[in-house]
Parts: sequence; structure tokens; C-alpha cells
Amino acid sequence: MRSTAHAFKENARTAMADPDLTKALTKFKTGFPLKRAQAVAALPEFEALRDAGKAIKDHTLAHLDLYLEVFEQNVRARGGHVHWARTAAEAKEIILRLCREAGAKMVTKGKSMVSEEVGLNTALEAEGLEVVETDLGEYILQIRKEAPSHIIAPALHLSKEQVADDFRRVHTHLASDRKLSEPADLLTEARVLLRDKFLNAEVGITGANFLIAETGSTVIVTNEGNGDLTQTLAKTHIVLTSIEKVVPTLEDASTLLRLLARSATGQEFSTYTTFSTGPRRADDLDGPEAFHVVLLDNGRSALLGTEMQEALRCIRCGACMNHCPVYHAVGGHAYGWVYPGPIGAVVDPALLGIAEARHLPNASTFCGRCESVCPVRIPLPKLMRLWREKEFEGKLSPPAQRWGLGVWAFVARRPGLYRLATGLGMRVLGMAGAKRGRFRSLPLAGAWTAARDFPAPAGKTFQELYKARRTGVHHG
Amino acid sequence: MNSFPEKPRPRVGLLVTCLVDLFRPSVGFSAVKLLEDAGCDVVVPEQTCCGQPAWNSGDRADTVALAKAVIQAFEGCDYVVAPSGSCAGMLRKHYPEALADEPDWAQRAHFLARRTHELVSFLVDVRGMRGVQASYPGTVTYHDSCSGLRELGVKAQPRELLASVKGLSLTELPEAEVCCGFGGTFCVKYPDISAKMVSDKAAHITSTGADTLLAGDMGCLMNMAGRLQRLGSPVKVRHVAEVLAGDISAPPIGQGEGEITR
Ligand code: SF4
Repeated sequence: MRSTAHAFKENARTAMADPDLTKALTKFKTGFPLKRAQAVAALPEFEALRDAGKAIKDHTLAHLDLYLEVFEQNVRARGGHVHWARTAAEAKEIILRLCREAGAKMVTKGKSMVSEEVGLNTALEAEGLEVVETDLGEYILQIRKEAPSHIIAPALHLSKEQVADDFRRVHTHLASDRKLSEPADLLTEARVLLRDKFLNAEVGITGANFLIAETGSTVIVTNEGNGDLTQTLAKTHIVLTSIEKVVPTLEDASTLLRLLARSATGQEFSTYTTFSTGPRRADDLDGPEAFHVVLLDNGRSALLGTEMQEALRCIRCGACMNHCPVYHAVGGHAYGWVYPGPIGAVVDPALLGIAEARHLPNASTFCGRCESVCPVRIPLPKLMRLWREKEFEGKLSPPAQRWGLGVWAFVARRPGLYRLATGLGMRVLGMAGAKRGRFRSLPLAGAWTAARDFPAPAGKTFQELYKARRTGVHHG
Repeated sequence: MNSFPEKPRPRVGLLVTCLVDLFRPSVGFSAVKLLEDAGCDVVVPEQTCCGQPAWNSGDRADTVALAKAVIQAFEGCDYVVAPSGSCAGMLRKHYPEALADEPDWAQRAHFLARRTHELVSFLVDVRGMRGVQASYPGTVTYHDSCSGLRELGVKAQPRELLASVKGLSLTELPEAEVCCGFGGTFCVKYPDISAKMVSDKAAHITSTGADTLLAGDMGCLMNMAGRLQRLGSPVKVRHVAEVLAGDISAPPIGQGEGEITR
């Protein structure tokens, strides 16, 4: 996917001017947090579960090479294949080759953010393949030619009226006066259309929420069951996922699944949890004839052994964006790349480079709400701050900002100068603003005063007044 | 009969914070009064800024220099107390991180961190204060500033003390735990987004019908006051310490001598 992360500010401005989006986000910003809070309140051991989840991921990441090798061996032992992709380009090449070998004309797909990351659909379509997204949200985005705006609710930015319009526009073979006012109408229409595709596709591609080393299984969770049909009906099942998804055991995956659903949607468990272990065996009733797992690195391994490694614990639940006031204000598209919200602000600079994605870790108030809900306790503000350090070291931040901060730090490091400068400055500001108590505009403060008044200071600093009181000296 | 000597009064260094120092001295004096009422001896070492703007901008060198100055200035104190969750959080959480590469300083930073508290939580949790002698006739609402809330667990303490203020009734703010959009340099780096956030906050404040908004951090207070006043709202904005200390002689934040409403 092509990034527009560098244009975050403009993207954000456009987003905030879109009334449909604002309406969708207003509903979203209280809905998801409330559901999560209820699910958490109903599970007394939730905080302990978070500790356990963090520990599982930390352990796995410390021995990632080992668990990936065990995973590979076990996939092979059950008749499947594992392919290693260093980059997005390699991942696309591998999948194109597998599709060609399978003689594919049509490919069905379950929801996969890694597929968005590598830009798989465009690559497959360029080879003349028909690609069909089977998750309802992804299907809607496909017909709108849009990217997901959220990692678990990809079409969150759209209203059901917008979707109904799209269905009427694209599904022209259906009666134009049919009823499409309820979400269930839309779901049924999509289901009927997709049924054919499931039956005719030669290849089904899914992502994976977890990979289990001890069994060589891949795991996906969905609420629509589309993933099951994608992967069991096609002759070839390809799992495209990334290396940090592996966990040692089934037990570990169960622990993380309990965290995932509660953190994501407030469900105790997702509606469908599907384990895939190798291709169909002789006495299996169904399943694919071939089973491939493509493991993408794309910059992740470079984070191992650094302070940024903690970001690789992410289980992509979306809780951080569900609770992020900046995401609530601008929505997911403004971030300009696959992963929005706080986790995007941490991983996008790693995958795209800080020069391209510099705004994302800056566009945070460090309110800490993301960290307080992250099921695997990723210190998201801390990691965003580390990116700001990189940016500062690399002198990538805007000169005016660096200059302003530099002047402030220069003064603050010299108490005598601070006393003098602030004493004088506050006196001037205090006198000018005494009557009204605030300014509607101030030189150099345009960013502040565009939307709010600037409170005037009292005129003397606390330290001046305190000293005067202590020594009994009173100036006018 | 026991005749142990009386417990000495702890020596508390007031980290006044640069925003209070420059914009709102009355909060500093209220803090001094509350600390003295809680049986502390208060000192105010010469100070500038805790370094938070530098730290949050990724400027480690300036942060380290400012942190060292603060550590030195406050080393003789039993406690360091700030009328701000974010500045107290800076000393407690981030000084040890910023100085991690210099073992001697890291230890001094840890020692300081363990003695540092946000004002209202210090009064309640450390000094055992259960109420104040103050009155404030009006309906207030309270915004939980992010750092105090999530880094230091400041939530129940201000409510407990406010409940003892005569004449005051508290109406809870919807989404009180959601950021007001200040975020230090954030509000000038991303003014549009910040404006959207503070507008949502202002709408919630107005919806409570309260005549006064209180919080424990000057940055958030200036942000919310500035937006409310731009919208023409009559809501008065004050630091919680002023109300708890019973000293409301200064006009509300952003209101001048010419329009004192109470
Ligand atoms: S960073 Fe944490 S909260 Fe955000 S998506 Fe990943 S696991 Fe979920």
C-alpha cells in the first residue's frame, strides 16, 4: 500500500471536515470502550491475564528463531509448506507463484492486514487474477476501492446508507427497489453473492492471528465465518502472515485469545476461531489439498534486541485505537498507511522509515489511554517518544519547532536568565492582559489562539512573589 | 506513659511548575497553605522547568541537564510535591528513564522519584488528610488530567477532599478520563486536532450545567479555559488547589480584573 503518512496534517484536516466520518467516529468512540470495559469488569483475573499475555510474547520474542523453526518443522511434518519473505516484494512473488502453480483464476480472501501491508490485491489483479474479499467490511472497501480505516473494523468509517448506495451501484443485476435499510439486508446480499465465489475459487488466502509452534497450526478469528469458507473450500490455502505471530503452545494461544476478543470487541470469545493444521488428510471430510504459510519479516526482525521490540508483542486487537482521542478525531485513513492509531504510530515509522512517518509518533498528547488498555502492555507513548528522539537526533523536526524548544531550554538551563526573562515577559503580558484576563491573539501564538483564548498571566511570577513575602519586601 | 518526641514536620520542596510560576502564582500559594495545613514545612528551591517539553520532543540532552538541576535543587527535601500530575509524573517516571545511562545520577533520580508526589494525592495518601476547611458556593465539575490519572492514580483523592468543601456540589463530567487535547507541544504542533478535542471537552463541560470547572494541571486548565472563553461560556475555571485552600482571591483563569464574576 502506498503511504501518505507524510501528509498526515492535510489528511487530518480533510477527515475532520467530513461530516459522515465525524458521525461514524462519534458513535464508535464510546461504543467500543464501553463494551471492553464491561467485558473486563466481568473477568476478575483480567489484569493477571494481561501479565500472562505479555510474558508469553516476551518469551517468544526472546527465542523467536527457535519457535519459528519449530513451527516450520511442524507445518512440514503435517504436509504443509513454509515460505520465508524478507520483504513485501518477496511475499508477493511467492504468492503469485503459488497461484500460478495452482492454476488459479479466482482467489478468495479472508481479512488480513499483512495482505494490505504488502499490497497483495493489486499485485494479483495485475496478473489477471480475480480477487474477492470475503469479509463484509473488506468486501465493501474493495468495491469502493478504499483502504481499511481500522485493523479489526475496516469499514468503520462508513454508514449503512453509504454501503447501501454502493451495493445498488455495483450489484446492478438485482432489483433496484430492493430493501437495503438494515445491516442484515446488506449482509444477506453480500453472502449470496460470495457463495458462488467460495465455490469457484482455486485459491483461498487468509491471514493469521496466531501461529502455534508445537502443532504447526495457524489460527484465525472472525465473526462472520467467512474465513472458514475461504480456507476450506479452495483447493489451495495460503496463509500470509508475519513472523511475530508465533507462540509456543496451544495453551499460550488460548490465553491470548481470551485477551484478544475482550480487548477488541468486548466479546468473551470471537464467534469463529479456526485452527488450520496442514492440508486435508485422507479421512478428513473437507479441507484444502495444499497448505502454504508465507512468513513476512518486512523490517520486523530489525526491531529485535532494541527498545522497540516491545511493539512486536502486538496482537492487533485494535484497543489502542478504540481508546485514542486523536484517532477519534481524525479516523484511520488520516494516518496514511495500513496501521493507524497508537500502534501505527509506533510500527509505521519502523516499516516506512521515520522520515516518511514522522508525524505519526508526534500526533499524540501522551494521554496514555492506549497503554492502559493494551492487552500485552505495550508502552506505546514511550515507544512514540523514542521515535521523537530519533527524529530530533536526525534533525527531521521542523526548524521553527526546534528553534522554539531550543530557546526555551537555553533559558530554562540558566536560572538567572530564567528569572530575568520570565519576570520581564510576564510583567508585560500581565499588564497587557490584566483587564480582560486573556488574549484573543498573540504574536507567535497563532496555533493556540486560532481556536482558544490565551489566559493572561498574573504579572509577577510565583517565585518573585514568594520571595517578596518571605522577606517582607513588597513592591507595588 | 509514652514520652517520645513529637514526629518532626517533614520538609517538603514545592516544585511549583513553570506554568504555575509564570501564569498562576495563586496556585503556588494555595499549595503552600495546603501543605502547611497538612503539617509540613514548605521550602521553594530556586527552579525553572522540569524538562517535560524537551523530553516529549525527543531532546534528551536538554532533558538530562534540566533533570540534574532539579535533582540537585531538591535533594535536601523529604518530599517533592507539585501541583501538577504531569510534572510529578515527569520526576517519578521519566527522570530515572532519562538518566538510565549514568548510574550515579540514575540512583539519585530513583531516590527523588520515590519521594515525589502530586499535591492532592500527597495530602490524602501520604499526609492522611481527610477534609479541608474551605467553602465554595457552587456546582463544580472535575476533569481528570491524563498523567495524574494514569501515571499516578490520582482520581479518588481530589473528590474526597472536594466533598468536604462547604457549599460545593460536584457533578461528574462525562468522559472525564478523556484527554482535553492539550498535550504540551501537541496543541501547537497539531492545532486543528487539539481544537477538535478541546471542543468536545467543552461540550461535555457545558452539558453538566456546572458553573465551575476544576482540574489539577495548569496546562489542561489553560487549554479548556481558553476554549470555553472563546465560545463565550461563563464557566469559571480554577485549579483544584485554590478551591481546597479556600483562596479564590485571584480571578478565575482567563478572566480579568474587569470582569470578576464572583
Ligand atoms: S498495541 Fe496493544 S492495544 Fe494496540 S492493537 Fe496491539 S495489542 Fe492491541
